[in-house]
Amino acid sequence: MMPSAGHPTSSSSAMTSPSPTLTPNLLPSGGHPIVADRPFQGAILTRSRWWAVMAVLLLLSVILAMLCLQLGTQYIGLGQIVGLLWSALFGAASEPDALRTTGVILLQVRLPRVFLGFLVGSCLAAVGVALQALLRNPLADPYVLGVSSGAALGVAVAVLFGIGTTVLALSLLPVCGFAGSLVALLVIYRMAASYDRLPIHSVLLAGVILNAIFSALIMFITSIMEPNRSFGMMAWLMGSLTAPAYPVLSALSAYLLVGLVLLLKQVRVLNILALGEEPARSLGINTERTKRVIFLLAALMTGAVVSFSGMIGFIGMIIPHAVRLVVGADHRLLLPASALVGGMFLMVADTMARTLFVPSEVPVGVITALAGGPFFVYLLVWRKDRLA
Amino acid sequence: MSRRQGEGGRIDTAAGACADAAQAYDLSELSFCYGRPGAQDVRWVLQDVTLQVKPGEILGIVGPNGSGKTSLLKLLAKLAAPQMGDIALFDRSLTGLSQEETAQTVAFVPQENAQLFPFTVAETVLMGRFPHRQRSNWSLGFGWENQDDCRAAAQAMETMDIAHLAARLVTDLSGGERQRTMIARALAQMPRVLLLDEPTAFLDLQHQIGICSVLRRLRDERGLTVVIVSHDLNLASQYCDRIAMLKDGRVAAMGTPSEVMSVENVREVYGCTVLIDAHPESGLPRITLPGPSLPVHP
Repeated sequence: MMPSAGHPTSSSSAMTSPSPTLTPNLLPSGGHPIVADRPFQGAILTRSRWWAVMAVLLLLSVILAMLCLQLGTQYIGLGQIVGLLWSALFGAASEPDALRTTGVILLQVRLPRVFLGFLVGSCLAAVGVALQALLRNPLADPYVLGVSSGAALGVAVAVLFGIGTTVLALSLLPVCGFAGSLVALLVIYRMAASYDRLPIHSVLLAGVILNAIFSALIMFITSIMEPNRSFGMMAWLMGSLTAPAYPVLSALSAYLLVGLVLLLKQVRVLNILALGEEPARSLGINTERTKRVIFLLAALMTGAVVSFSGMIGFIGMIIPHAVRLVVGADHRLLLPASALVGGMFLMVADTMARTLFVPSEVPVGVITALAGGPFFVYLLVWRKDRLA
Repeated sequence: MSRRQGEGGRIDTAAGACADAAQAYDLSELSFCYGRPGAQDVRWVLQDVTLQVKPGEILGIVGPNGSGKTSLLKLLAKLAAPQMGDIALFDRSLTGLSQEETAQTVAFVPQENAQLFPFTVAETVLMGRFPHRQRSNWSLGFGWENQDDCRAAAQAMETMDIAHLAARLVTDLSGGERQRTMIARALAQMPRVLLLDEPTAFLDLQHQIGICSVLRRLRDERGLTVVIVSHDLNLASQYCDRIAMLKDGRVAAMGTPSEVMSVENVREVYGCTVLIDAHPESGLPRITLPGPSLPVHP
């Protein structure tokens, strides 16, 4: 029956804090407990922790980039790299002839490729973080959801009709990729909107089906192309980071960096959205508009990335997962940290793709898929308690 | 009383300063259904609901499954919009308020809280500060919490007895701890109105009573208005100032626990006979399930 007064479970003892340091703060009415920052020590993301983690990751990125620049068919020493970069940046004294070919390899081939790898990896990881929060699904990834293959289809159609062949119109490829990925995201968005909360496995199923449809269409387009063009198409589809010329590369980077910054503007909102649709609304977010903005950004970035590097899978899923385990779930750190780690990951994976099987070059998409596929299965089977 | 003039469109959140005749909520002839009302087989979840919530009272909403309790709460939280009728929140129409303005006044604690992402308890509670965030273009969307935010969150966590869990992950909590975390998040919002959907469903006896007495304390100290959906008729009877009993989307009975909790009302609404006597301590109605000898449907 109901507990009477003086019973051990009466209201006053029910709310006594077990933590000895906090008990004195339970003051009678009107009293404001004096609260130090101590209760939150290590429990929340602070600005100092943010800077510390980001500084470490940035340093690590630079070190890894230097390492990746050294490796290749021809080994280039660190001293040479620094010297060449210095003279390229500041136009110092003309280098000796022996260094000229090394300089061309480094500056025209390796540097743009390493840079592109980092950029693409960053964007894919950042988009993965955003999609996971938005769909409340830790398995979301532009590749798994079919967003990448949507973009690839858009690009394939553009190539088929010769839109991408001229240098001047090269900027149209990302637009076509954007259109394709937008179609894929629209399908997923409609699905997500028709359910209260889309079950994790339904999202994956939608991705499987979208992937199947888009792949079939891409196959169709590839098979009716001229053989030499279709071969290039296949190589691109499997994911390759052959860097374009510097003007195109800088245009792409500007485009992607704007996307990243706009995504960074949503980090605190992503925290709230990760709680779920209704809690987010009850905390004052116009969820429909916010979701549309983030979906649009995801489509833009995926479209641009795919149009240059083809289908590189699973980065958007593995990286955020691993980073979340280390730095926590707060998107203010999770998103930029994932971007850096994703960049490093793809940079290293691409270096492996270039160097492991010389003189052949493995498509980098093969390496990321071989790393990401088993991880995906692991999450699906052994961590299913966390995905329910 | 004349219409409250909000400064810059915001409702004055200093509770008690204007505890005048304004109702916390004023619902008039509210009707609501999911989907389009023009459809063929439309089922109205709520029909002609007219009720007032007084500022600083605890209103319980009870009723059988599917009677529209949760839908009514969602309408109050502006999570759904009624097809007919109007909701006034402290004399201002809810439709005229933005989602964010509503969130600065009203906090909502949903019933089920599956957590997928490993936020810590402290981070989750601090999210309640989101509607009160400082906005500047220089912070990129980071909006770091300031001292006030931390103070409000820490206070809310102590009130809900979860301060010692601050660094734990919400994914690792028990159902009761998670529920208290969600209520703490709502309290960190510093609302004038707190809406709770079955807040005691996952809690053991100690924390059921704990939460109810905290709600009463907040009502007395801050003048907090509380609307609580509950299946537990006894809890509603002992802790609510007034009770609205819903049946098939309509208000079947409304009033103080002593007025509403009668054998006839419960039989009418729930379709079963219960025993009701006076609580030995409070004198309020106490509901007891019938013994096996009593027929379920009289």
